[in-house]
Amino acid sequence: MAIHLVDGEIPEEYMQYVGRKVSFIAGGVALLLILLIYSISVGAVQIPAGEVVQTIVSGTMERINALLPVDLPVWESVSHKWDIIIWNIRLPQALTAIVAGIGLAVAGVAMQSILRNPLGSPFTLGISNAAAFGAAFSVIVLGAGTMHSSGADAIIIDNPYIVTIAAFIFSLLATGVILAISRIRGTSPEVMVLAGVALGSLFTAGTMFLQYFADDVQLAAVVFWTFGDAGRADWSELLLITAITVIATVYFFFNRWNYNAIDAGDETAKGLGVKVEQVRLVGMLIASLVTAIIIAFLGVIGFVGLVCPHMVRRLIGDDHRYLIPGSCLAGGVLLLASDTAARLMLAPHILPVAILTAFMGAPVFIYLLLRGYRR
Amino acid sequence: MILEVGGVAFSYRSKNVLDDIEFDLKRNEVLSILGPNGVGKTTLLKCMNAILKPREGSILVEDEDVLKLDQMEIARKIGYVPQRCETGRLTAFDAILLGRRPHIRWNISERDLKIVDSVIKRLELGSLSLRYIDEMSGGELQKVSIARALVQEPRILLLDEPTSSLDLKNQIEILGIIRDVVRGHEVSAVMTMHDLNLALRYSDKFIFLRDGTIFATGGREVVTPETIRDVYGIPAVVERYNGFPIVIPLEEDNS
Repeated sequence: MAIHLVDGEIPEEYMQYVGRKVSFIAGGVALLLILLIYSISVGAVQIPAGEVVQTIVSGTMERINALLPVDLPVWESVSHKWDIIIWNIRLPQALTAIVAGIGLAVAGVAMQSILRNPLGSPFTLGISNAAAFGAAFSVIVLGAGTMHSSGADAIIIDNPYIVTIAAFIFSLLATGVILAISRIRGTSPEVMVLAGVALGSLFTAGTMFLQYFADDVQLAAVVFWTFGDAGRADWSELLLITAITVIATVYFFFNRWNYNAIDAGDETAKGLGVKVEQVRLVGMLIASLVTAIIIAFLGVIGFVGLVCPHMVRRLIGDDHRYLIPGSCLAGGVLLLASDTAARLMLAPHILPVAILTAFMGAPVFIYLLLRGYRR
Repeated sequence: MILEVGGVAFSYRSKNVLDDIEFDLKRNEVLSILGPNGVGKTTLLKCMNAILKPREGSILVEDEDVLKLDQMEIARKIGYVPQRCETGRLTAFDAILLGRRPHIRWNISERDLKIVDSVIKRLELGSLSLRYIDEMSGGELQKVSIARALVQEPRILLLDEPTSSLDLKNQIEILGIIRDVVRGHEVSAVMTMHDLNLALRYSDKFIFLRDGTIFATGGREVVTPETIRDVYGIPAVVERYNGFPIVIPLEEDNS
């Protein structure tokens, strides 16, 4: 072999350094679990944390028993009084917040590497503007959104599926245009970012155009749709979002070495055998897809995709082996914490989570920026 | 021969950049590619590990044509040190570990860590190993880049102007490292150079490019005032100091 290995050892100090990153991620998992239980236990009705855990565990076992030919022990002593609140309302909403946070953050971390741009996020490519335009289009042109108030102040869009589908189609359209441009001009980060900014402006202008001609009810429906809300998804929608997010996260994690290589420069990466153009193109497509599906179902949720990766970079560095799982956790924690705060703040009124993500995240992020990197 | 380049031609948008490039290199030799700016030195280097695809020709590394291999297989044979390397919040150890990319399937093994450790010791980078590369000087960064190429366990090391943007001490240190690594291991190095004197001191073979083709190639004897005049368009004298040839460029008027 070319390199003599006689004096190569497992470097002790480096293993300790890596160990610290692993414990950071383990800490993140613990924090997320604690936050999940807390989030479910608080609200209009307080549920003791112990009973939250019992209800979730026994409910899960019952559902597994019903689905699969297995016979897990069922906790007979657990009361069923919280079943409806937990299983129908709070658990799906909390899980939606976590999954959406993970999906947006992982798309952001991939975009930042692929586009070699710290401002890279799913939004850089104009996807959220396209989704908002799709929603506006469906409400104003297709008439999906004659809203009416029912009950206290719950606003219902008549045909949420048309809005979702329109938002998704326009997100994909934006992705398709950028893919087409990269096919012609090559997948250079500059071309992608500038094309994304141009598309974003175009769709924003389109939305404004439609809004100008909308009546006040339609206008309210469009504005209401753009407030991303984790409470919008039911179990089957959550399942779909989760499936896409899991696939995307696995794909991005599988490419962690390639992103590290691209961070070192395109030429270095190519010298290391990375097919840079292909990694860039596929990564962009998957990041767009996961963003599009989340936004289509929940509405626009900004900030998470841009800032969570940067928070984690400041804490454990740019190595994607740890940055990707770290960003996922940060996204999940930030969105769940924001969602919990949004539910509690003006109780019994519930704010959409999108209003709070920036409120919760920006101060933390500015603090991290000011503090600089920790050694 | 560890490297045989035959009839390589490269064009960019139907403009011929390189034509009929042919040379070979033995084990444990350092080759310098010389010539004026824009003559295609870097292009030739990039053709050699197929970052750029030559229009025709072959590049045999240990009798295997790398142009027929997949990019990842090439990366196991040829290490590439570009002129510029981007930095990030990554320790030197992690940055060097990246050189194992062509060998890694899913995760790093103990062997990968040991190879990185031995290269770090070899290049005396021990004290830098856990420093972040975005806090490093140009010389330190260049050593990290070379270390990264070395842990690829390559047969050939390609270096694009390894001394540009380095101070005098670092220039000597980096070229010394390259020479020692090449002599001590079963690798050869091809580098593009601007400084003729450094090239003369640290290389065994030379290629002068002019108009996209090889104008002269061979050992130190090809570095003559005539060649320099024809390739760079300025007069020069070649003196000897302690047996080493030294190129002294002259101003046009003095000729």
